[in-house]
Amino acid sequence: MQEDKEVLIKVEHLSKKFCKDLKTSLWYGVKDLYSNITGNFKERALRPKEFWAVKDISFELRRGECLGLIGHNGAGKSTLLKILNGLINPDEGKITIKGKVGALIELGAGFNPILTGRENIYNNGAVLGFTRKEIDTKIEDIIDFSEIREFIDMPIQNYSSGMKVRLGFSIAAQMEPDVLIIDEVLAVGDLGFVLKCFKTIDAILPNTAIVFVSHNMPMVSRICTEIILMEHGNSQFQGNDVGKAIDLYYQRFTQNDSNIVFDDKRISLLSVNFSEKVKTNNKVGILNWGEELVFCFEIKFNLPFNEIPYFKLIFLDKELRGVASVKQDETFFNKVKIKKDEKISFNVSIDNLQLSKGIYSVNLMIVDRKREVSILRCNNILSFQIIGDTQIWQPFLLDSKFQLN
Amino acid sequence: MQLETKIYQKENNLKIGKLLKASAKDFFGSLFLAKQLAIRDIKAQYRQSYFGLFWAFITPLTTAFVWVFLNMSGTIRLTDTGIPYPVYAFSGTLLWSIISDSINSPILSTTAAKGILSKINFPKEALLVSGVYKLLFYSAIKVVLLLVFIGFFGVGYHASLLLFPLALLGVIIVGTTVGLFITPIGMLYKDIGKFITIALSMLMYITPVVYVLPKEGFMKTLMEINPLTPLILTTRDLVMGFTPEYLSYYFWVLGISFPLFFMGLLFYRISIPILVERMSA
Repeated sequence: MQEDKEVLIKVEHLSKKFCKDLKTSLWYGVKDLYSNITGNFKERALRPKEFWAVKDISFELRRGECLGLIGHNGAGKSTLLKILNGLINPDEGKITIKGKVGALIELGAGFNPILTGRENIYNNGAVLGFTRKEIDTKIEDIIDFSEIREFIDMPIQNYSSGMKVRLGFSIAAQMEPDVLIIDEVLAVGDLGFVLKCFKTIDAILPNTAIVFVSHNMPMVSRICTEIILMEHGNSQFQGNDVGKAIDLYYQRFTQNDSNIVFDDKRISLLSVNFSEKVKTNNKVGILNWGEELVFCFEIKFNLPFNEIPYFKLIFLDKELRGVASVKQDETFFNKVKIKKDEKISFNVSIDNLQLSKGIYSVNLMIVDRKREVSILRCNNILSFQIIGDTQIWQPFLLDSKFQLN
Repeated sequence: MQLETKIYQKENNLKIGKLLKASAKDFFGSLFLAKQLAIRDIKAQYRQSYFGLFWAFITPLTTAFVWVFLNMSGTIRLTDTGIPYPVYAFSGTLLWSIISDSINSPILSTTAAKGILSKINFPKEALLVSGVYKLLFYSAIKVVLLLVFIGFFGVGYHASLLLFPLALLGVIIVGTTVGLFITPIGMLYKDIGKFITIALSMLMYITPVVYVLPKEGFMKTLMEINPLTPLILTTRDLVMGFTPEYLSYYFWVLGISFPLFFMGLLFYRISIPILVERMSA
């Protein structure tokens, strides 16, 4: 089924080198200008002070597919996009692109701050390759899509960055490309607009081959069908297993440091661990989906307490978004008087954990029950990984039964 | 429907015919973009100013005024020009400003577009054409002022005036050709731009801009070799209704410029990716 869709982008052993030193770079530039007019047939080796910004990347992309390029800052993603867009030439390898190429690398290129929004629609539209007639027929759609009709005749130097992005995307959305290249440009818009943008991208995806650069993994796992994880210009991982690529990406950023955010010295956290039932690997708990998770706490009270305070546990995903909170077990917090310097230890267990595959960290808040004030707040006290077969981008995989009525 | 296929690789296709065809296609395909960019720049420049277009001709006007003052006050003594000196001086500085603007035009347009060059793939020829559009616009304003001067000082309007726009177009093409060849290296090294500014201000004194060609001597030889001399003299002679003296040299310069112009265009076209690579992180 997939085979009969045509290959729109074909990249073969692509490499690009850059120079670390400006003066040397300029001199190489002059040399390149010369070798350029003689045809550039010589093999290119690294010259002093040069490095490979992109090295030996190959892939093919068909209509309807979306390639995600991920990697930390400076991994070579944007350089690769620039070569794909034909802005700079490769040093090795070859790219073959079929069809009309649209690039969302910078929105609102060619905008002039003194001119009004309406005038700038014509400027940006012309840069993107529209004819005057096309812009004339599309201008109302563009203004409506951007939702800034009220300010369309105002100089855009008075626009906020979000408004400029709105206008820029609205113009770019009128392109009907065969190949779409997206760098992280939509981050500035407000939520409503970002949702609108992705709706547009979803709509054109089936007829387009998309190359998508992003640091937003839920977005990547939502729209990408293939991933290249780049590091130092090389492809570290390449394939259709989006989940695995994202796990590899996150592994580069895992940190095991817990940090105390707030402490009024009334309670000391002596230790917190997984129970012995939970397997661990380098202090990270490893659980199957649906298993029981058990924490063991050891606490010392530095002052007398009339009752045990609440222990609030919050689970966060890799992007540090809270995904779950642990319900307090009221039977545990009965009125027990606690003396000064008393130590207690207790377990917290969570049955049938239905979080989806991925790495999660745990934040702890100890809160006074009566006055609802924090006593101790500590981030990332532990982290654990859920393993399983089902890869989804939503945080929960809920157990269910389906039956006929 | 057959999709257009683009191939990007290190090796350049050096078949002149193919390159020229691609360049010509982009050249004519980008006329709307070029016009839009020119309108944008002109509008933006004058929207934030009260005197607006006045600034377009103030530089040649003040230079001419300085020379008129020096001449009238007797500080320097200049050979008779055959027409009222203010007209002579102003026509000279005006034509000179058009020449120097057209030499600077490609590099200025390219530098100003740095931001979009490194982000969007569009026909780069549009930058050059928009530079020419802007030159034509500003030149037109200057020419109108010159016509007013001619009437005011009683030089009169001659039939040869009709050929003047064509001659002026030739001047712009020669200037742009020179500019095209210095642009790629000038984009890399700022030194080039600075050098051009100084060189042009010195060149003005060995070109008959504010004084006539001497009758004899070293200066006469130097001025007669200078390829800018026939450009200035021919265009001015057409305005004033004289028979152009250096017409054949003018055609030589123009004839050599035409093929060079196309070569410069191709050089510019294939150089842009290298410049983009070096000027953007």
